Amino acid sequence: MSSIPFEGAPPTEPHTVSSIFPTNATATAVPRDPALDRASNNAPRNKPRSGPMADRVFGWLAMGAALLTLAMLIGILLSLFVGAWPAISKYGLGFLTSTTWDPVRDEYGGLVMIYGTLATSFIALVIAVPVSFGIALFLTELSPSWLKRPLGTAIELLAAVPSIVYGMWGLLVFGPILSAYVQQPLQKAFDGIPYLSALVSGPPVGIGILSAGIILAIMIIPFIASVMRDVFEVTPALLKESAYGLGSTTWEVVSKVVLPYTKAGVVGGIMLGLGRALGETMAVTFVIGNANQLKSLSVFEAANSITSALANEFAEAGAGLHQAALMYLGLVLFFITFVVLTLSKLLLQRMKKSEGTKS
Amino acid sequence: MTTAEQLLAANVLQATRAARFATRKRINQMALVLSFAAMAFGVFWLVWILWETLRQGIGGLVIATFTEMTPPPNEAGGIANAIFGSLVMVAMATFVGTPIGIMAGIYLAEYNAKGWLSSVTRFVNDILLSAPSIVIGLFVYAVVVAYFKSFSGLAGALALALIVIPVVIRTTENMLQLVPPGLREAAYALGAPKWKVIISITLRAARAGVVTGVLLAVARIAGETAPLLFTALNNQFWTADITQPMASLPVTIFKFAMSPYENWQKLAWAGVFLITAAVLALNILARVLTRTKL
Repeated sequence: MSSIPFEGAPPTEPHTVSSIFPTNATATAVPRDPALDRASNNAPRNKPRSGPMADRVFGWLAMGAALLTLAMLIGILLSLFVGAWPAISKYGLGFLTSTTWDPVRDEYGGLVMIYGTLATSFIALVIAVPVSFGIALFLTELSPSWLKRPLGTAIELLAAVPSIVYGMWGLLVFGPILSAYVQQPLQKAFDGIPYLSALVSGPPVGIGILSAGIILAIMIIPFIASVMRDVFEVTPALLKESAYGLGSTTWEVVSKVVLPYTKAGVVGGIMLGLGRALGETMAVTFVIGNANQLKSLSVFEAANSITSALANEFAEAGAGLHQAALMYLGLVLFFITFVVLTLSKLLLQRMKKSEGTKS
Repeated sequence: MTTAEQLLAANVLQATRAARFATRKRINQMALVLSFAAMAFGVFWLVWILWETLRQGIGGLVIATFTEMTPPPNEAGGIANAIFGSLVMVAMATFVGTPIGIMAGIYLAEYNAKGWLSSVTRFVNDILLSAPSIVIGLFVYAVVVAYFKSFSGLAGALALALIVIPVVIRTTENMLQLVPPGLREAAYALGAPKWKVIISITLRAARAGVVTGVLLAVARIAGETAPLLFTALNNQFWTADITQPMASLPVTIFKFAMSPYENWQKLAWAGVFLITAAVLALNILARVLTRTKL
């Protein structure tokens, strides 16, 4: 943020010190002592022991590291594109709407996986958004202050638990429970009703789109909740107190003052959660069942997502069209998450900007 | 309007107001109860998952788990090679990723903080921070594994390093920005060159925060499975050769948990317990560090 005003390293920005204490005495109105002036002119210029060279090298290193980050993104895009090229050139965009995935006949289409990814993420959002909102509301408006910190930490720890733990827990603990207490009763209740019964059909093992969605929801709740909490906290106290002063209830303050004020941030947080859900691999791979089918849209039927297809098939796929098709899926996934995360980032940035101007 | 009528109208008005107030209050109460329920819902999963991990994993914590290799189905064994592989790859990734992350963080905070390169880097970094980790695995596969024609521990470590970098950049930058400018200026006034100011003043002042970032990054990669699946692959045996496929705890858990064999599942639970305990301990340590300093 600041640079040293000495030879060899011209300051790129006005130095903060110099703005407070002008470095050359001429700028001040203080009368100068000629003797002092002479002394400073005659003084030998002390060369710093590790001259400007070390400084420049360090600057280059820092810049190189920053450039490396950019190179990483470009490298990822480029390598995916090159790797996917055989599939892109063969199928074009038709890949996205074809449901065939047949490694034996070397025929590939990605719709099944893309549908799985979108459907699980959608279910996750439907569950996670209201819950996260409730948590953020609780943490900012209701919780007694001594409880705020431990509860906030607990929610953040939920984000720290590795996804493989969620996956294994989902498969071995949660799946059977979901099957016994949700799936089978639903199947009984909807028995014979067209469409509805098809929606809940499937073997009673508790894997499929719904359990993947629920586990994704648990995983993204902490991300959305902590963003929401942070943006709720920047709402100026003045606005909230004015509303309370007019006789609003807590709910009215939150829904009519805080929420409109933090709209961009809230949507940004949801987008962030969506980005996470789309790209989550292990938790989904464990519970989605890994079956390339789209015949049954049942939420209890084994399905597949982009990430689980990659996790299951990529290491075994021989070089060739199979691998290229998987790379193509990876490219699609990266593209979708890139767009979603960019939106999220822009919205959160807008939030930050308005925070600067309005409060 | 007579006085009686006026009184009546006032009464009616008051009644409707009271009714409306009651409704508003009810809605408010309902919202607050739901909010409380949401909080309980969030904590409930955390407690359930931790409890289940503890209950199923604690039984697997015998000496053999730490000393023996991954067994074939239905035979006794341990996960020593997986633990070792994980430690090696996480350590390598941390040693590679941390300096790069810190340097880039320094660039963002200390060198032109408002320049276009910094804004772009910050933006890209935030994207990489939440980008699907499996895509990083694909990238390393395409660049390293396909080039050397072999899965290797090295490739796995590289994939993990690519995940470390964004985490460290983010925290380093944030922590450096918290260092008061007066500290830097005092150092400059003493004639210290910029690199010296950064290394021995700014970075030292932000030490606790930077260490926190590294700890969080380690916690993140310790449980990361997806990028290892097709970079380090897996290995049934002990290997310290980083040019060979290497076992890791998460990948082993994945393989074992998906299998129908009881002893494998038991070892997977033990592994999950170890990872969860390590990750949570790192996270709590990181929190304690930032709370006491800075």
